[in-house]
Amino acid sequence: MAQTAVELRMQNINKSFAGVHALKRVDFAVRGGEIHALLGANGAGKSTLMKILSGAYRADGGTIQLDGRTLAIASPADAKEAGIHCVYQEVDTALVPSLTVCENILLDRKPGKGGARWIRWNSLYREAEAILRDIGYEIPVKEKVENLTLSEKQIVLIARAVSQQAKCVIFDEPTAPLSIEEAERLFEVMKRLKMGGVACIFISHRLPEIMAVCDRVTVMRDGRHVWTKRTEEIEIPHIVEAMLGKSFQEEYPKVAARIGETLLEVRGVCRGVKVRGVDFHVRSGEVVGIVGLVGAGKTELSRLLFGADVMEGGEIVLGGRSVQLREPRDAVRAGMVLVPEERRKEGILVEESVRSNLTLPILKKFTAGGFIRRREEKEHAQHMIRELGIKTPDEEEAVGYLSGGNQQKVVIGKWLATEADVFLFDEPTKGVDIGAKRDIFTLIGRLVQAGKGIVYLSCEISEIIGISDRVLVMCDGRIVKELTGSEVTSENILLYASGGESHEEK
Amino acid sequence: MKKNKVLDFSYRYGAIFVIIAVIVFFSIVNPNFLTYDNIADILRYISIVTLVAIGVTFSLIVDGFDLSVGSTVSLTTVVTASLMVWYQMPLVLVIVIPLLLGFVIGLVNAFLIVKIRIPDLLATLSMLYIIAGAHKTYTQGFSIYNNMPMPDGTTAKGVLSEAFLWIGQGRVLGIPVPVIIMLIAVAVVHIFLNYTRGGRLLYITGGNQEAARLSGISIYRVRTIAYVLSGVFAALAGIIFTARVGSGQVDAGSPLLMEAVAAAFVGFSVLGAGKPNVIGTFLGAFLIGILLNGLTMLNLPYYAFDIVKGAVLIFALSMTYLHMYRRKS
Repeated sequence: MAQTAVELRMQNINKSFAGVHALKRVDFAVRGGEIHALLGANGAGKSTLMKILSGAYRADGGTIQLDGRTLAIASPADAKEAGIHCVYQEVDTALVPSLTVCENILLDRKPGKGGARWIRWNSLYREAEAILRDIGYEIPVKEKVENLTLSEKQIVLIARAVSQQAKCVIFDEPTAPLSIEEAERLFEVMKRLKMGGVACIFISHRLPEIMAVCDRVTVMRDGRHVWTKRTEEIEIPHIVEAMLGKSFQEEYPKVAARIGETLLEVRGVCRGVKVRGVDFHVRSGEVVGIVGLVGAGKTELSRLLFGADVMEGGEIVLGGRSVQLREPRDAVRAGMVLVPEERRKEGILVEESVRSNLTLPILKKFTAGGFIRRREEKEHAQHMIRELGIKTPDEEEAVGYLSGGNQQKVVIGKWLATEADVFLFDEPTKGVDIGAKRDIFTLIGRLVQAGKGIVYLSCEISEIIGISDRVLVMCDGRIVKELTGSEVTSENILLYASGGESHEEK
Repeated sequence: MKKNKVLDFSYRYGAIFVIIAVIVFFSIVNPNFLTYDNIADILRYISIVTLVAIGVTFSLIVDGFDLSVGSTVSLTTVVTASLMVWYQMPLVLVIVIPLLLGFVIGLVNAFLIVKIRIPDLLATLSMLYIIAGAHKTYTQGFSIYNNMPMPDGTTAKGVLSEAFLWIGQGRVLGIPVPVIIMLIAVAVVHIFLNYTRGGRLLYITGGNQEAARLSGISIYRVRTIAYVLSGVFAALAGIIFTARVGSGQVDAGSPLLMEAVAAAFVGFSVLGAGKPNVIGTFLGAFLIGILLNGLTMLNLPYYAFDIVKGAVLIFALSMTYLHMYRRKS
């Protein structure tokens, strides 16, 4: 491990993506022997900043200095060379599952000097064991990585960084998929690294754990550095305020609709660690917002409700009848449809025309004796294009060529004619421009006026506040809080979504 | 830019251009090539390849693959012959039973691929061997012909009936019956794929299974139907093969797999379709047919034909994949 206290300094970092100014003159510094939290809402720029530091992106401007020496980081290899390592949430991309723990730890290392042709396994095993002992963890070094738990895999990645004399380790949301006990053990490892003089950068959405393990906190917002403070000087509400900022009131058109009888009732739905017993209901004319941070289990929940994955337990009651969902087809038949998060992969067929995408679920209506009645199909497609304001040259254009917002309108449009009663929207505004976003909200307004029930799942707090009649906050696979009326504030949502006050609930 | 246009043009019209070039070449070197009899010969030959290739096309449309079609032809060929020669069954059963057999093989393939989720190539490769083994076990390795001697010393009582042989050897208005069957099959399948809900669902499922599933389509059923159709078309090819040759030859179908796959892939690119389609498959089979016929006339030994078939497949695959990766990048 590093001997002298290191100092890593990023100054004046600028970065734009296709006209979007993601980072605006950001300064960020981290010292050896500290755990430094980097916080910000979605899109604040923290991942971009870390990707520049780890060599995945190149900054448009600014400098990175390590102990006063300017680094030129053009690739992940350069970053590793300089002693900057990263422990990602998706550990599997960095590990070779079929190799042993020992091989994975010592994987990146340059071959020994003197051109030794023989691998001395015993000395390698001893070395790997020593590294693991150093960071206070015991994993059998001869075990294959594919047999490890996720948290053990993270440790292997950390051990690999240590084996290469890491000076700075970036922990990019490592605790999101971990249980509380596993997270605790990870923190122990981080503290050991810190004792050894390593600079640890910790990204997490869970504010209580930030307060517990970090020495300093840096908050970013809208691509800017807001402040850096010592943990002792601050409380969770300070952080939340800094993350959200003042100029927050965005206007979303919210239409009044008459709320009627219960359409969908969900009882104790669960599957694995991502969805652990969810209860809620949606009434006719109502928008129920389910908000949670990335990884809270929203997408998994929406897939269970739609039958895309099979529930391990619980019950779904639609229109007063308990339904068994083995396939999305069953949900569609029962009157519930999903606008999925991964639009290009799951929502549309990119190579097919707007027409055939729009008519896919209701193709039977345009079929006589097996034959598709082309003219009616075309008229329906043209009608939907006008109705939804889909910007496309004509109905034969491949959907893949449309903009994100127009693709999303196609996804929504294909369900409109199915006469579904309940619409599930999973992050429908992801990658959608402002104009199309407004159109989507207007559309949802029309749906509730027509007596439909809407479940709107999103991590965009402002949208949830703008559109929902009731807000359910999801955290770690559970609905932890229901907020109504004046309780629906971004501070409250962020507080519960990041696991704050959950101990009070118990 | 200019290079792209050349590539696009060659992708769109490449296969058709090659077919015309091959026809021109052979008609110059051999005056007998472009005669009515020879063209009828070629069409009769490719009628069987086309039927098998239609089956392969179905599996390709749902983004799958069926390697077992060749063995299915072999099996149904000997079964068809045996039903007449060994068991003297009526014509209806002689045709229905092999078709049912193809249906069942398709169901088994679909079960392995769709339910157990074995990758399509591996599942149908295993089935290729099982079916090939079954057809040799069934005949004990012998071909089946009229009044053949039986293992117990007696002579088989049955013969291939005239009515049955007409399917493979007859003519209507001077056109060979197998060619008529092929043209009808191509037309029907073309209409099915392009103008019916079933055809649309096959293409949609092949385009993106997850998106299709999340649109409420039962992709398991759709994929099963594709493999069943593949098996049934191979069985139909087997029946016609028997009728054309007038006996149940062992291993009749094994060269057909390669030809059918090559035909289907040539068909990918015809007129820039970019996806499996039956008109393209037919033209692909036609290309292979004229190549083999022309080379036979040039006295190329038959054992060199596999080189030609392989080269055609490589050519077709190159066109398809070059185009695909260029479009992606």
